[in-house]
Amino acid sequence: MKKTLKERLAILSDAAKYDASCASSGTERRDSGRSGGLGSTEGSGICHAYAPDGRCISLLKILLTNFCIYDCAYCINRSSSNVERVRFSVEEVVWLTLEFYRRNYIEGLFLSSGIIRSSDHTMEELVRVARILRTDHGFRGYIHLKTIPDASPALIEEAGLYADRLSINIELPTDAGIDNFAPQKHPTRIRAAMGDLRLKIDAAAEPSFRGRRKRFVPGGQSTQMIVGVDGANDATILASSARLYGNYRLRRVYYSAFSPIPDASRALPLIKPPLLREHRLYQADWLYRFYGFAVEEITRTRPDGNLDLEIDPKLAWALANRERFPIDINRAEREMLLRVPGLGPRSVNAILSARAHKALRLEDLGRLGVSLRKVRPFIAALGWTPLRLVDRSDLRDLFAPKPEQLSLF
Amino acid sequence: MLTILLDGHGELAEWRAAARALLLAGIPPERVEWRQRGGATGDLFGGQMEGSPLPPPDPQTPAATVPRAFLELAEAVICHNDPRRFALLYRLLWRLQGERALLEMRADADVVQANRLEKSVRRDAHKMKAFVRFKELSDGEGQPRRRFLAWFEPEHFIVGRTAGFFQRRFTDMDWIIATPKGTSSWDGQHLRFDPAPATKPDLRDAADDLWRTYYAHIFNPARLKVQAMQSEMPKKYWKNLPEADLIPDLIAGAEARVREMAARAASDPPAFHHRLRARDKAAGREGET
Ligand code: SF4
Repeated sequence: MKKTLKERLAILSDAAKYDASCASSGTERRDSGRSGGLGSTEGSGICHAYAPDGRCISLLKILLTNFCIYDCAYCINRSSSNVERVRFSVEEVVWLTLEFYRRNYIEGLFLSSGIIRSSDHTMEELVRVARILRTDHGFRGYIHLKTIPDASPALIEEAGLYADRLSINIELPTDAGIDNFAPQKHPTRIRAAMGDLRLKIDAAAEPSFRGRRKRFVPGGQSTQMIVGVDGANDATILASSARLYGNYRLRRVYYSAFSPIPDASRALPLIKPPLLREHRLYQADWLYRFYGFAVEEITRTRPDGNLDLEIDPKLAWALANRERFPIDINRAEREMLLRVPGLGPRSVNAILSARAHKALRLEDLGRLGVSLRKVRPFIAALGWTPLRLVDRSDLRDLFAPKPEQLSLF
Repeated sequence: MLTILLDGHGELAEWRAAARALLLAGIPPERVEWRQRGGATGDLFGGQMEGSPLPPPDPQTPAATVPRAFLELAEAVICHNDPRRFALLYRLLWRLQGERALLEMRADADVVQANRLEKSVRRDAHKMKAFVRFKELSDGEGQPRRRFLAWFEPEHFIVGRTAGFFQRRFTDMDWIIATPKGTSSWDGQHLRFDPAPATKPDLRDAADDLWRTYYAHIFNPARLKVQAMQSEMPKKYWKNLPEADLIPDLIAGAEARVREMAARAASDPPAFHHRLRARDKAAGREGET
């Protein structure tokens, strides 16, 4: 007997939850105020709920179907898994998206799919959902589509007209890892697809001779890497991300700690997902993208090429480069202020604006919302010079958390 | 001492009119007491209280100007439920006449306080945009536009401030957002705000059941992080979220579900997997489609 919509929703959201991305930010601003349709995107995205796993729920994140002819070892939908197989019709996905949106549960849709029959067939179905939402229903909410490797350029082109973001997952940081664990996927073709998409995005951004830009994937492309399946260390992972950011101008690389799945493959250990490692990778990624750190600076601090789990990568860098401190907060340039543990872009801006009017003391920083405990050893301010860092041996203990007994199962 | 009585429903205009008159009359902040009509300021005579008439302008006082940034700040701060917000804003306005760069002095006590209130209002407005849940009204059958109603309990007076967002987003439907701090509504023609406190309606919507299904299944029990969830979705909002009562059971059952996944031995692949892989082999290639 055919499963009800609710039963299929349960299965197809189970199937989608291992994709970390749920972002709805970074696209163009638009709304329905004049046009009279439904939906808007206004700058930063909105998390409409949080699951007890701490993750933001911003989009209806589902698969069109969890049938898949590929056999990626880490995936709940791989062909060798005995998970129950179901599918939505295109119309059902459209209906669910609109009804969820009207009740303000979501910002939009993130639609992916297992690979059925052929790449083009699968991609065509995804595009059809987006087309119906945009053209038949005047939907102006957020749409993220997964692009299927090897789908034809014309389909990707059409997807880009409707979608805010497209993504294709690189899955693992090394080509050897992909060959091993996702034997039907081809890293070179995945990268070629990213390259093609980048060219299309760049071309659309060029103003035509009438000065108009074409609307094409305004939220850019993103990808995901699974952490903890193959043996790659953090230096390898981050170097791989840096290449992806550089070569294909991705907006985001998501890191997803490999997590036990129902009916798991024998090829993989059922370990507790390395959540802390995933967190450190995001922090390092952030330092690379917004703080002017090079990947090697961050990963050089430990001989095994892995990030320190006990302290964050910025603090680890500072402790490994003590001779560069203290930083004078009344004189240092923005780039150097950003390297002080405990100062983020917001507090650096506040410092730069406040110090134009008077020299700052420690107390002033406190009022700007800076945590003094963290920054004190690394800065000099009016009336404050710390003990030289190189002379302190207890610094790490000051910050590193007390060892914690991790529960195993 | 002058006493200025305001409604304080989060609109800047009434405060602005009073503040402008006081400023032009040269009345310093120490000589003004600001009160909210019927406000819970602990003032015994609240209801009966009469405000002072606004003073006439002093011809000696130069015309007042304020930086744009102040108006933006004030529009947010005025929505805060702190009864001291009116006085704080007037103090800033007064000081700005002499200290033009005051708002950039981010460590100044008044500026710190105003920024703190602004941040709290901004957060509450953001959470309102996130956590309002519309329920469809069933009596709308046969009507050209679908009708929805939401009940929400904001911390600050932000119902007017957020109405534009909901109008721009839910343009093709009629909606009402009722709260203890007023009601906003949209009927396709007019966006309205009524400051009168509303009472909680009893509403049901069948779609909530699907949403709850989604919420329960998008959760990954192997990644339990309750703290992270609660700091972003504080418990004070839970009572109006249809998904929230699932949370305790999801948390309680998580560990057992993960243990069960680990204990279950890997199963044999289904028949279609063998067929697919045999086909790959026959084609002499690794799984091209
Ligand atoms: S292609 Fe691989 S990762 Fe994607 S659904 Fe199929 S098995 Fe899973």
